[in-house]
Amino acid sequence: MANFQTPEITEYPVIPLLQEGVMKHSKPYMAAPKHQEALGFPGGLVDNWKEVAIDKMGELLTKYRSLPVFLDSCVKCGACTDKCHYYLGTSDPKNMPVARQDLLRKVYRRYFTVAGKYFPKLVGAVDLTEEVLDDWYSYYHQCSECRRCSVYCPYGIDTAEITMAGREILACVGKGQKYSNEIISKVFVIGNNLGLPEPALKDTLEGLEEEVKEDTGIDVRFPLDEKGAEVLLITPSADFFAEPHVDGLIGYAKVFHQAGISWTLSSYASEAANFGIFIGDYDNMKRVAMRIREAALDLGVKRIIVGECGHAWRVAYSFWNTLIGPFDFLDPRYPAPQHICEFTYDLIKRGALTLDKSANDHRVVTFHDSCNVARGSRMGDMPGGQFVIPREIIKAVCNNFHDMDADTIGEGTFCCGGGGGLLTDDLMEVRVKGALPRMQALKHVVQEHGVTHMAAICAICKSQFSKVLPYYGFTMDQIIAVHQLVGDALVMGPKQ
Amino acid sequence: MGFLSIFYALLFYLAAGLLVVGVGSKIVQYARTPAPLKIPTTPAPTTRRGVVLRIGGEVVLFTSLFKSNKWIWLFGWIFHFSLLLILLRHLRYFTQPVWWWVALIQPFGKYAAFGMLFGLAGLWARRFLVDRVRYISSPSDHLMLALLVAIAGSGLLMTYFFHTDIVGLKAFVLGLLYLDWQPLPPDPMLIIHLSLVLALMIVFPFSKLLHVPGLFFSPTRNQVDNPREKRHVTPWATDASPTSGN
Ligand code: SF4
Ligand code: SF4
Repeated sequence: MANFQTPEITEYPVIPLLQEGVMKHSKPYMAAPKHQEALGFPGGLVDNWKEVAIDKMGELLTKYRSLPVFLDSCVKCGACTDKCHYYLGTSDPKNMPVARQDLLRKVYRRYFTVAGKYFPKLVGAVDLTEEVLDDWYSYYHQCSECRRCSVYCPYGIDTAEITMAGREILACVGKGQKYSNEIISKVFVIGNNLGLPEPALKDTLEGLEEEVKEDTGIDVRFPLDEKGAEVLLITPSADFFAEPHVDGLIGYAKVFHQAGISWTLSSYASEAANFGIFIGDYDNMKRVAMRIREAALDLGVKRIIVGECGHAWRVAYSFWNTLIGPFDFLDPRYPAPQHICEFTYDLIKRGALTLDKSANDHRVVTFHDSCNVARGSRMGDMPGGQFVIPREIIKAVCNNFHDMDADTIGEGTFCCGGGGGLLTDDLMEVRVKGALPRMQALKHVVQEHGVTHMAAICAICKSQFSKVLPYYGFTMDQIIAVHQLVGDALVMGPKQ
Repeated sequence: MGFLSIFYALLFYLAAGLLVVGVGSKIVQYARTPAPLKIPTTPAPTTRRGVVLRIGGEVVLFTSLFKSNKWIWLFGWIFHFSLLLILLRHLRYFTQPVWWWVALIQPFGKYAAFGMLFGLAGLWARRFLVDRVRYISSPSDHLMLALLVAIAGSGLLMTYFFHTDIVGLKAFVLGLLYLDWQPLPPDPMLIIHLSLVLALMIVFPFSKLLHVPGLFFSPTRNQVDNPREKRHVTPWATDASPTSGN
């Protein structure tokens, strides 16, 4: 399968001893010139990369308050050192959040601070050399921007912000990452991450209508580009065909059907994920997001609902209003945007859905909080609603639910290991190793409570787990969409 | 008035000036740099009041640190709390008459030096004993601890062994404040203690001690979680062209 060893799941979680440099070799493929250029970056490493990089760093320092504050404030207390799943899974010290920040901080100190200019050795400042740039390329692509470290830092230092800056500088000198940049250019050209053109999308949706009809005998629609629909659904393109994602999409469609609310997908903006956030580039993130505003206006919808996708929800919840708002053309009675879980939960609370929990009796379910939902966004109107609402939905549709250990869920949740633009085969080793803490917690509830399935609300989590679960002795179908559980329990037909 | 007194008087003004201007300009830099996107770490408060409580909890109780590592929290908190008591106790050298509450904490402040040393010792031990913390420590991290230990140590020695001319010291300090310079008692331990404190004031704006203002400007902690309710805009970001790159 692969030329690395899957870490062993021990009885208790352990903090590994440092093994310097063990993950230095792990690097993603470089972006091809045409994808770099489509995003406004140079095609390959520019000659004066050093100046360009320092200039870019200077520019970012004046654009994002997080950077100077985070780079200055770290006291090297070490509280974050054992909080990153990539460090726990690989033992490479540069995967400790503070050390990952230091890769950039050392250079910041050298060029932008008095202490680093005059006493570089004392404060650990270094010149920007090719070796440093190489380290950036390796280790800023071993961070899933999951923000777990930020929860535990006494100053809230968010390594994800540093990683984004690091990647943006790399892209600006011509060292972009293939996976993310290629996808963003596909979104610009075709409308979604997969490069799925409109006719193919239409076909797929028709296929799904037939499938549901066969299953339930009911005409559940999967509408595309329907002007005047009430709801525009923005969902990750994985939902259109891959397992287990597609069962989630079927779940949403059934919920819309039962609620009697008209909805549509858009072929122009058929993708929720916004990989702009992964490369830290504001312009690209805005440009990717803008398609959604345009689609909503064009279709004349009243509400925008976002499907099960972690980073997409973070961008939608936290950034859309800033990037592409104001949403004054939508119905002000609903939050803009709204998460599909908020929507379904609201229907459940109002008793608008008939649910047969026993349909899920063959499953014992646990819930994986996806990091960007857990630590970067919210649902409902109270802090922490994003932890409560999905669990309440699961409990409303399943009889058997068990949470994993308290310090591995909620705000302290462990990343699946594949977020932040790492969901690519060239980074398989870091993905598998980074999944270790989550696998450990999962194994615990499997043994203690006989858990059979882990539900999630993020396309990346679902894809990542399908791939890495087998490495740890689980089966790939143990990961499941929350809305598959809903769809399975939903009693279709006229309300009883 | 000897050379020593004049030298230390000038050094005091220099250090105070550097501290105020240095930290002040950092605060201005932080305040002026926009935070273009909402990035509070959740679960984040949805009101301004909630944010004040959140930051207050971080300042007074070190809540996030408590969540992450009980040992660092214990040593860190004891060190900082002792330092606060000690600083407040030292106000008696700067006020005439001494405020009643400064007099009240005076006896506790004296013992706080032991707390400070205890906390610092714990933090320093971690830098040697825990391989992860050893890896991330640079010489300046050790130096900073050494400086603080030396300040606490020299202070303690003065309190218990090498008593200094407190009345003379207070006259010197008040003289600095009222621009009516008085001689500095020439006790070696006092001179050492004073020099170390001045050094700390001077390095403050150039070192990781910037975590003090940084704490208040950290966007992950000080932002209100209300991006759907309230549009958050920043000039450079609003002007950013969404079609650039084409
Ligand atoms: S953001 Fe997540 S992946 Fe990145 S350093 Fe922090 S904990 Fe690790
Ligand atoms: S927890 Fe924060 S202050 Fe402490 S070492 Fe990590 S980043 Fe630095």
